[in-house]
Amino acid sequence: MRLSPFAFFKAGGSALPGYRLSLTLTLAWTGFFIILPLSTLLVYPWQSGPAAMLGALHDTRMLAALWTSFSCAGIAAACNIPCGFLLAWALARGNLPGHRLADALIDLPLALPTAVSGITLATLYGPHGWLGALLSLLGISVSYNKAGIVLALMFVGLPFVVRAVEPVLRNLPHELEEAAHLLGARPWQIFVRIIAAPLLPALVTGFGLAFARGIGEYGSVIFIAGNQPFKSEIAPLLIVVRLQEFDYPGATAIALVLLCISLLSLALIGGMRRRFAVWSEPA
Amino acid sequence: MTRYIVWAVSWLFILLVLVTPPAMVLTEALKDGLAASVATLSDPDAQAAIWLTLKVTCVAVTLNTIFGILAAWVLVKFRFPGRQFLQVLVELPLSISPVVSGLVWLLLFGAQGWFGPLLEQWNIHIAFAVPGIILATLFVTLPYVVRTVMPVMEVQGRDAEEAAVLAGAGFWQILWHVTLPGVRGALLSGVLLTTARALGEFGAVSVVSGHIPGETETMPLHIENLYNGYQSVAAFTMAALLALMAMSAVLLRSAPDWIARLQEKKA
Amino acid sequence: MSIEVCNLVRLAPGTQQRLLDDVSLTIPKGAFVALVGPSGAGKTTLLRAIAGLDNCNSGSVLLDERPMTSVKDRAGRMGFVFQNYALFPHMTVARNIAFGLDVLPRSERPARAYIAQRVEELLELMQLQGMGGKHPAKLSGGQRQRVALARALATGPRVLLLDEPFGALDPIVRRSIRAWLRDLHDRLGLTTILVTHDQEEALEVADRIVVMQSGRIVQDATPLELDEQPATNFVMEFLGEAVSFAGEVRHGRMVLDDALVLPFIVPDGVTDGPAVAMIRPYEIAIQKPTSEQDVLSIYAAPRGTRNGYRHYTLQIGERIIPFYRPVDEDDVQVQGVALDISRSRLFRQGLLCG
Repeated sequence: MRLSPFAFFKAGGSALPGYRLSLTLTLAWTGFFIILPLSTLLVYPWQSGPAAMLGALHDTRMLAALWTSFSCAGIAAACNIPCGFLLAWALARGNLPGHRLADALIDLPLALPTAVSGITLATLYGPHGWLGALLSLLGISVSYNKAGIVLALMFVGLPFVVRAVEPVLRNLPHELEEAAHLLGARPWQIFVRIIAAPLLPALVTGFGLAFARGIGEYGSVIFIAGNQPFKSEIAPLLIVVRLQEFDYPGATAIALVLLCISLLSLALIGGMRRRFAVWSEPA
Repeated sequence: MTRYIVWAVSWLFILLVLVTPPAMVLTEALKDGLAASVATLSDPDAQAAIWLTLKVTCVAVTLNTIFGILAAWVLVKFRFPGRQFLQVLVELPLSISPVVSGLVWLLLFGAQGWFGPLLEQWNIHIAFAVPGIILATLFVTLPYVVRTVMPVMEVQGRDAEEAAVLAGAGFWQILWHVTLPGVRGALLSGVLLTTARALGEFGAVSVVSGHIPGETETMPLHIENLYNGYQSVAAFTMAALLALMAMSAVLLRSAPDWIARLQEKKA
Repeated sequence: MSIEVCNLVRLAPGTQQRLLDDVSLTIPKGAFVALVGPSGAGKTTLLRAIAGLDNCNSGSVLLDERPMTSVKDRAGRMGFVFQNYALFPHMTVARNIAFGLDVLPRSERPARAYIAQRVEELLELMQLQGMGGKHPAKLSGGQRQRVALARALATGPRVLLLDEPFGALDPIVRRSIRAWLRDLHDRLGLTTILVTHDQEEALEVADRIVVMQSGRIVQDATPLELDEQPATNFVMEFLGEAVSFAGEVRHGRMVLDDALVLPFIVPDGVTDGPAVAMIRPYEIAIQKPTSEQDVLSIYAAPRGTRNGYRHYTLQIGERIIPFYRPVDEDDVQVQGVALDISRSRLFRQGLLCG
């Protein structure tokens, strides 16, 4: 059978109408809004020659900024795992009083515009803010340093972890725990072997989503971070700085690295998730 | 016993981490009294920012809803080579830093961009102008409707549409009378998420806007401007307004549930 | 309307596996045809291909000798009832039924009053009076089934296609709706194709039965022909319980491997060689002892009574064989010297011979 290059355009495997129209519009829309813009990232850095690109990649300030972004996103996502797990547990299993309200509040960081959370967190954890004053009594300063970045990223990343874990926890049949209990498992064994193990893929997903969000986060971080080069400057901010210096290739080089690494980490997490979940997915 | 500890710790955490920020937005905004904060909103630049944000949001939500429905339709109801790739592509903006999402439009339409100089000749300005803000917002909010509508369409299968096509219905009739009524909850949710994101988008818009007060400043950009200028009351008043708009969009998603619950209580 | 299916081939998407393997079928006007076969045989695939819901790789479907290329050609002329009914959940029963009329282009659409009247007629025909304002979720399975039928019939199609329409109903409703459907078919003069995996249902309601296996039509015959002359051993087994005995035909006589089974004379034209005899449990007879010397070697153990037959099991060597006899035969105890299976059909390499 001969397959013309446009065969897929005709078939669609279904008798429903509107295939050609909706596919054309979808391709046109994604072509203009996704493929075309992202292709600039791949092509632009090389326009001024490979030497310029390599030079841009060797910039120590950029490496420092990337390191700040990745380490803070990683730490924030890791800290969110226990916090998110606790909240997910309280919501799904703990019969938390006022759980409907709590459920709505969990999504708050997603609903709050990033600029609003940025200035709010900066003020709240600033030296004179409600929580900043509290922490400074303990001798901890979180504004204008990496601790502030981690805090801001924890705030925006928390819902991802809770929302990844909660449905899995809710759907885990109670019978499993009862069966384990009848077979003589002790509470901690039930927790580790029966509850935590099936949650691993969900935890990995939650971590990955929070991490990916954290790498690129801009608005909620820049106000609290202090933005000192080599210390508390995140990679997205450095892109903005380069743009203000009209250094477009420099900005694009950072953007490309940022994009590659966040896609890579998402792919990695997808792979890990599939490994952990071999037993749950149909062959 | 353990249960009570979990409850206490959970609520303490929720209050400290999640509730304090919006509470603080309100107290900071009302620091000098309600009249003073309302007065800051009558500033012409503030008004311009509010209008621009509303306009950009309307355009982005309308266009991305239409696109989202068509994309979800083609991705769910048909099988074709490259379908999964297309799906990944559509969801890509979710995993791209907002700053990068703004940068790509500068690379296309900025003065040093691919098409910028060409358009400049015809006196069309995209970068550092309102069209650029709209493009960046469209890019950032593109996946939401598709993502919320697709799983529900998937669950519904194709039987109802096939029954409709055998009854003689055309594409728009099927979409309007059969498919969309079945996914209206998810569609509403997707539209509201798009709205919330479009209202609050900061990073992407910040890169392409050029920050011209009264012209290319949206509400989030205006907030930044005021905050950096130490106009705390004005900044937090605008922040409170923006947060209120975005949060009510997010909360409205559960409106159908409340209505259903109310009706149940009555019945 | 007559339906003709010519050399239909459909491959599973992305593979070379044949879901429909060169299927041809002619269905005259007014026939009630049942497509039967095990799951995965291609029954539903064939029905969907006739309706134009799936694209086929080659072949054609003709309706009244006119080729149908797309669903659009068939719209309104073929009623299709889905396995799970596919009722539009957000529309009332009346709107569901009226859908096919509502979506007609303005120039062809009947007046609103006419549509309302047509809906009332159909509700009455389906014994659903007064249900028009309800939503499908509020109905019982049998009622939904009839709404789906009414919706399929609203545009006045001459062809009705039913995909496992009774699958989700409980046995009592099933039986009554089956008889009612047959009556509807006759009254409206429809041409009906029914897909079912239940061979008894097919035998009861259809006047022709098409047996499918792995994407092919194995046999297309009346219920009587199917019972008397099953084309393959698969058809024989699919249509009801069957017992098989291996043996060899020698000089016009079938000699079974098992000594307790009597040889029998085969029809003319069956050549010598190995063969398999297959027989239904109620066709088996037991040879009674004729003299004192005969050894009673067959004892039937009673296993209850069903549908006017007493059921027994017989032990023949290692095998356990079912054996039925009518209740009205007096002796409850059955014993004998040998089995008489002369009413068997003979198969060679899976195909009927003789």
